[in-house]
Amino acid sequence: MERIIEQLPRFFTEGNMLLLLEAAGLTLAMTFVGCLIGFGLAFVLVYLRQAPGLWALPLRLICIAYVEIFRRIPFLVVIYLVLFFIQTVSSDASLFTIAVIAICIYAIAYTADIIRGGLESVPRTQIEAAQAMNMSRLRTTFTVVLPQAWPVIIPPAIAFAVSFIKDTALVSQIGVFELTFRGKELNNQGFSGVLVYGTIAMCYFMISFPLSLLGQHLEKRLATPRGERRARKVRRA
Amino acid sequence: MPHLAVNDVRAKYGALEVLKGVTFSMGKGEVLALVGPSGSGKSTVLRTLVGLTPATRGQVEIDGTAIDYRSSGAVRAARDRMAIVFQQYNLFQNMDVMRNVTIAPIKIKRRPTREVMAEADRLLDMVGLAHKKDAYPDELSGGQQQRVAIARALALQPEILLLDEVTSALDPELVTEVLDTIRRLAREGMSMIIVSHEMAFVREVADQVVFMDQGEVIEVGRPSEMFEAPRTVRARDFFGKIIRH
Repeated sequence: MERIIEQLPRFFTEGNMLLLLEAAGLTLAMTFVGCLIGFGLAFVLVYLRQAPGLWALPLRLICIAYVEIFRRIPFLVVIYLVLFFIQTVSSDASLFTIAVIAICIYAIAYTADIIRGGLESVPRTQIEAAQAMNMSRLRTTFTVVLPQAWPVIIPPAIAFAVSFIKDTALVSQIGVFELTFRGKELNNQGFSGVLVYGTIAMCYFMISFPLSLLGQHLEKRLATPRGERRARKVRRA
Repeated sequence: MPHLAVNDVRAKYGALEVLKGVTFSMGKGEVLALVGPSGSGKSTVLRTLVGLTPATRGQVEIDGTAIDYRSSGAVRAARDRMAIVFQQYNLFQNMDVMRNVTIAPIKIKRRPTREVMAEADRLLDMVGLAHKKDAYPDELSGGQQQRVAIARALALQPEILLLDEVTSALDPELVTEVLDTIRRLAREGMSMIIVSHEMAFVREVADQVVFMDQGEVIEVGRPSEMFEAPRTVRARDFFGKIIRH
């Protein structure tokens, strides 16, 4: 304890704090970019998977296999897989890119089911009505299905991304300069582990907590029936 | 030459044959009613016509031109000429009334926005809902939603309007407003195929009644003949039950 107190002034220097801030930014950026791209790709995957007709059967099988396989592999293993795979094809990919790709691959597997559930929550009958009007599948998805599916998709998707912020700690294993990695560094410089990792923990909390509040707020907002939302807007105006 | 000719159309749900060769035809401006017990395949006939349920056999002709439902282009062409209104209205819940009515004519048929909007105004006025054009479906009663659905189908400028049990999901006091709309369309010479359990209404507006049972057409005739003197045993049984009720 005395050691910690003695280290405090040396630990909370501007340099160290900037280092942590940068690392926090990197953690956030990695998660954000990875989850966003992963979410987009997951949508494409689900869209292809739901394609009608026999020709899409192999696609459907691939999609199901992808989701089932990657959900059963530890994230750390995915990271190593990506690292070694990328290194065999191109030697100059940055560690950040590798981390983002790994996050992407994992995010696809987890958000695909969220998106599928959302799309399937829209009554089939509305899709048939669109079909009978000659609306293409893509247009129907974007103008009829997705606007109604967002309230079902967004909250769990955000919850996933927020909880994933902390799981990205694992990419420190391959040497990306994110929070946990910096923690290890500072620890190696002789700072007390309790002090260092306590601070790192606070950082994770300070990133995740506001974001999960935002998620809850969105969830409440999206769950409000349109009529009420409109009435509120009118009252405000 | 009939406007629409349906010839030996068959359809399956999985292994179950729901249409076992349906044949009928109708002229331009006619109202044809499909009647029969539940599960007789009436709705399936309409779904087959707009390509929502694939026909396994048979032929449909509009103005003498056969539609090949195996070709997606032909299915699109058929959907250009026929519009369907569903029992559950199936309005797009995320769009207001005006957008429900105008989206397909503007985005799919690529007609000028201003022209479509003007026509939508006219149609909504006709179904008595001009004042509701900014409302969302969940803010409307069932009867109102169904009238919007009819306006939406008419905005597609179909040659034939298909009405699939459009009053079955409605509370009794809302049925009249929808029937009035259909009555008016019939007077204006709209070609329609109506699947309905409202027998008094069928008798009043239909030019031709097709009685179906278990996926087959049992009897075709004018409403007066059909209701008063059905020739087949099954039709007699069905209409007899209805009249007794």
